[in-house]
Amino acid sequence: MLKVVVVGNGMVGHHYVEQLVASEVEAQVTVIGGETRPAYDRVHLSEVFSGRSPEDLALTTRDRYIELGVEAHFGDFVASIDRENKTVTTESGKQYAYDKLVLATGSYPFVPPVKGNDLEPCLVYRTIDDLGMIQAQAKDRKVGVVVGGGLLGLECANAVKNLGLETHVVEFAPGLMGVQLDNGGSAMLRRKIEALGVQVHTSKATQVIEENSDGDTRLVMQFADGGSLETDMIVFSAGIRPYDQLARDCGLTVGERGGIEVDYHCKTSDSDIFAIGECALFGGRIFGLVAPGYRMAEAAVSQLGNDSVAFQGADMSTKLKLLGVDVGSIGDAHGKEEGSVAYTFSDERIDVYKRLIVSADGKKLLGAVLVGDCSDYDTLLQYFLNGIDLPADPQTLILPYNAGDAPALGAAALPATATICSCHNVSKGDIVAAMDGGACSLADVKSETAASTGCGGCAALLKNIVDDEMAARGLEVNKAMCEHFNFTRQEMFHLIKVGSIKTFEELLEKHGTGRGCEICKPTAGSILASLWNDYILEEKHVGLQDTNDNFLANMQKNGTYSVVPRIPGGEITPDKLIVLGQVAKKYSLYTKITGGQRVDLFGARVQHLPAIWEELIEAGFETGHAYGKALRTVKSCVGSTWCRYGVQDSVAMALYVENRYKGLRSPHKLKSAVSGCTRECAEAQSKDFGVIATENGWNLFVCGNGGMKPRHADLFATDLDDETLIKYIDRFLMFYVNTADRLQRTSVWMDNLEGGLDYLKQVVIEDSLGIAAELEEQMNNVVGTYQCEWKTTVEDPEKLKRFRQFVNSEAEDRDIIFVEERGQPRPATEEEREQILAKSA
Amino acid sequence: MSNTQQALEPQTITLCGLSDLIPNSGICAEVDGQQIALFYLPSETPQVYAIGNWDPIGKANVLARGIVGDIDGRLVVASPLYKQHFDLLTGECLEDDQVSVAAFSVTLVADQVLLSL
Ligand SMILES: Cc1cc2nc3c(=O)[nH]c(=O)nc-3n(C[C@H](O)[C@H](O)[C@H](O)COP(=O)(O)OP(=O)(O)OC[C@H]3O[C@@H](n4cnc5c(N)ncnc54)[C@H](O)[C@@H]3O)c2cc1C
Ligand code: SF4
Ligand code: SF4
Ligand code: FES
Repeated sequence: MLKVVVVGNGMVGHHYVEQLVASEVEAQVTVIGGETRPAYDRVHLSEVFSGRSPEDLALTTRDRYIELGVEAHFGDFVASIDRENKTVTTESGKQYAYDKLVLATGSYPFVPPVKGNDLEPCLVYRTIDDLGMIQAQAKDRKVGVVVGGGLLGLECANAVKNLGLETHVVEFAPGLMGVQLDNGGSAMLRRKIEALGVQVHTSKATQVIEENSDGDTRLVMQFADGGSLETDMIVFSAGIRPYDQLARDCGLTVGERGGIEVDYHCKTSDSDIFAIGECALFGGRIFGLVAPGYRMAEAAVSQLGNDSVAFQGADMSTKLKLLGVDVGSIGDAHGKEEGSVAYTFSDERIDVYKRLIVSADGKKLLGAVLVGDCSDYDTLLQYFLNGIDLPADPQTLILPYNAGDAPALGAAALPATATICSCHNVSKGDIVAAMDGGACSLADVKSETAASTGCGGCAALLKNIVDDEMAARGLEVNKAMCEHFNFTRQEMFHLIKVGSIKTFEELLEKHGTGRGCEICKPTAGSILASLWNDYILEEKHVGLQDTNDNFLANMQKNGTYSVVPRIPGGEITPDKLIVLGQVAKKYSLYTKITGGQRVDLFGARVQHLPAIWEELIEAGFETGHAYGKALRTVKSCVGSTWCRYGVQDSVAMALYVENRYKGLRSPHKLKSAVSGCTRECAEAQSKDFGVIATENGWNLFVCGNGGMKPRHADLFATDLDDETLIKYIDRFLMFYVNTADRLQRTSVWMDNLEGGLDYLKQVVIEDSLGIAAELEEQMNNVVGTYQCEWKTTVEDPEKLKRFRQFVNSEAEDRDIIFVEERGQPRPATEEEREQILAKSA
Repeated sequence: MSNTQQALEPQTITLCGLSDLIPNSGICAEVDGQQIALFYLPSETPQVYAIGNWDPIGKANVLARGIVGDIDGRLVVASPLYKQHFDLLTGECLEDDQVSVAAFSVTLVADQVLLSL
């Protein structure tokens, strides 16, 4: 079999392995990675500082490679290549033979050759290990300097700032991000960053770094202009250099300023050796972004099979958030093209700068710079990438517009080849093909094509295209929930709220037709409950509820019910535990401990429910709402009270959260969890909202879930105090209740919000819609009117009437038959039941 | 009730009173071991409906606990187990024409629900 050896297991090397394994090529793959861990997501490296664990960044694991049949070695660098004998040798002396060799060694941070750059806290920012060192050195220190004011330098500055250090950026050039921004954009970025408290020093050449023997800080930097700066730590982020020594040593052609030269097929000067990613030089350029690296990996894999794909260079346009500032750069940002003309818009009140570079004839977009507001980025990028003719007045593309007349580029105008998602290389054609193949919603298209599942930058554009295609297919998404109401749940919610509608009859009369059904009735019932929090068994609501809501218990397959008392945070006293056992015994119930840290009792006959609950309520239990689309459980770990790692009292927080939101009716069930530290024993990241303790407070995660399509929650906010945490959860939940569709869990809801997570943050954290106060009030209203539905029920003889098995006799349902298994009752199977019934007849 | 009358009219049984019914919802009665799901829809004519309580698809006695409504103009109850619809007048299953449940004739007379046998 073909022996393929891949040197380097960074993002691109890993992508190569994945692509190769998935291709039809039969190969025996060996991976040699210099870092001690398998490939991880370097692009999101900085998120480790805001609460992500290194494991979360992992792109693969050792086990995964074993499963794929890939032999992988980590923590050993390849030291030399013997092209004659086709072997490589590692630093630890191991030798591997290859038929094809792939160099994916990436690059390393450039450290300027300044005297003293090797003193103790002089660091770089490239790997997870680097982060650990920065974190360790920052502890109990005051000042941090980042050398380099480019894209990576500023990202690093953000990290240093988040570590609580006074942060300085020292840049050799006169402006920040000189590669991507023109002078105007660069100046605006500087203003914004300085406003955030980061001190920027441009045109500074560092001459020497010395130990600071007599000051508070550890180091002093001396600059060529005579100035100096005291600091505790220096992080160099002044550019990258390709790891090409291996290639040099074995005589492969390398570029004048480094980089292993490759052709369209990513072949080096030795046709059995490929180079891909940041170590490769193509057309005289290094591509320092991950997407072009992926394309190279795909091109290199294709050379081993039948269909050869060429790498043709890549667009280096970028959009990112640096220190919270939106920055975008497209194409020829500096207007180098001869005869090009520029349009510039700048608003210093709100610190927004936008610039367009247009061809001499005014027809094509050549480049753009955006600082402070990137909302036009997607549209501009499409004009640029697809050579679409500009409108007669190109400046309208960047001028502030009144809502409603946004000059959005119609999705229909894009050619099929237009790249919509560059992370996953999905073109408009791919999306259309997926829809031809049956994908008929945004969520379907996402899971079919992977579009918009990377950085998420393409979400809005993707939605436009999907909507547009739907319309084109006459597939006008049927929003009607059923034949009685031509509305979505959200629209129904508004109608009920705005019209102060209190009953289903009123709603039907004003806005519906017919008599309703099992779809619209419970939906209306749930909305009425979330808005007015009436006792759901009020006579006027009874007919609206699912049997589960009506009998305040979950119907099981044989028509009996389960009884699920609330056990907030999973904390329960021995006495209460004993009561559960006694009740279960008395009514012959099957008992099981569930994943939500509760004890469920199964097999209750409808006529026994009130008596069972009376006993449970007597012992201090409340309903667990397991029957409702409502808050279910808030799991917790034991937290700082018992656990030696815990940093906060997770149980107390879980109890508070569960007690606050219990009874909240919502479009779908809601689950939550609280962990006492980042070890995350409560699995909060698989919940609709999860809380993880940090040294300084709580990190909030949202929109995760287990179940059929598990989804990791997204980090929403960090280091919150108790009060802010609850405030954000209040707003988040109420916004969900107000706007989600029927049976839409939080994850799908967020995926369908235009703008996704960022938008949600704006609404909840920054109150961009101005509704935060209203949401909080709504929540307070729900919390204030909470009642245990079972308590209300058992206290009212009228209501108890409904729990009779038969209105006209005291008999039991004889078709409900149990048999014993493992010492507990379980429903008889059909066969068993027939046998038993035949015997007794 | 006189003997002559009994001979002329079909036999009826009183199942329950009006106050036992729940508007726009169902309850269950038992006659000779047979379970009957009884629905009360105050704004329809007639106001009461009765079909077998046994759900032949879910295989349990549950139809009385389903949600009532209309589908294409037919009054139906949706089984709480797997949500198939049964016609309140005929007992037919809307999703599967091979399946149906018994339909009974009930009337509301002087606040009493009478079942005709
Ligand atoms: C903080 C930060 C933020 C970034 N943000 C973005 C962004 O927003 N968007 C974007 O597109 N890109 C971003 N990048 C760039 C992106 O991470 C790189 O383009 C990408 O990781 C390149 O992948 P690679 O596999 O070529 O190199 P690397 O990921 O560097 O992997 C190379 C691997 O090879 C190993 N190696 C080197 N030599 C040897 C040897 N002799 N033997 C064995 N192993 C060896 C190295 O240790 C390393 O693990 C960012 C980078 C950083 C550091
Ligand atoms: S999450 Fe942390 S505090 Fe909680 S049990 Fe696990 S290790 Fe302990
Ligand atoms: S996983 Fe399936 S079988 Fe198990 S409880 Fe959920 S729905 Fe029922
Ligand atoms: S462009 Fe990053 S997810 Fe689509």
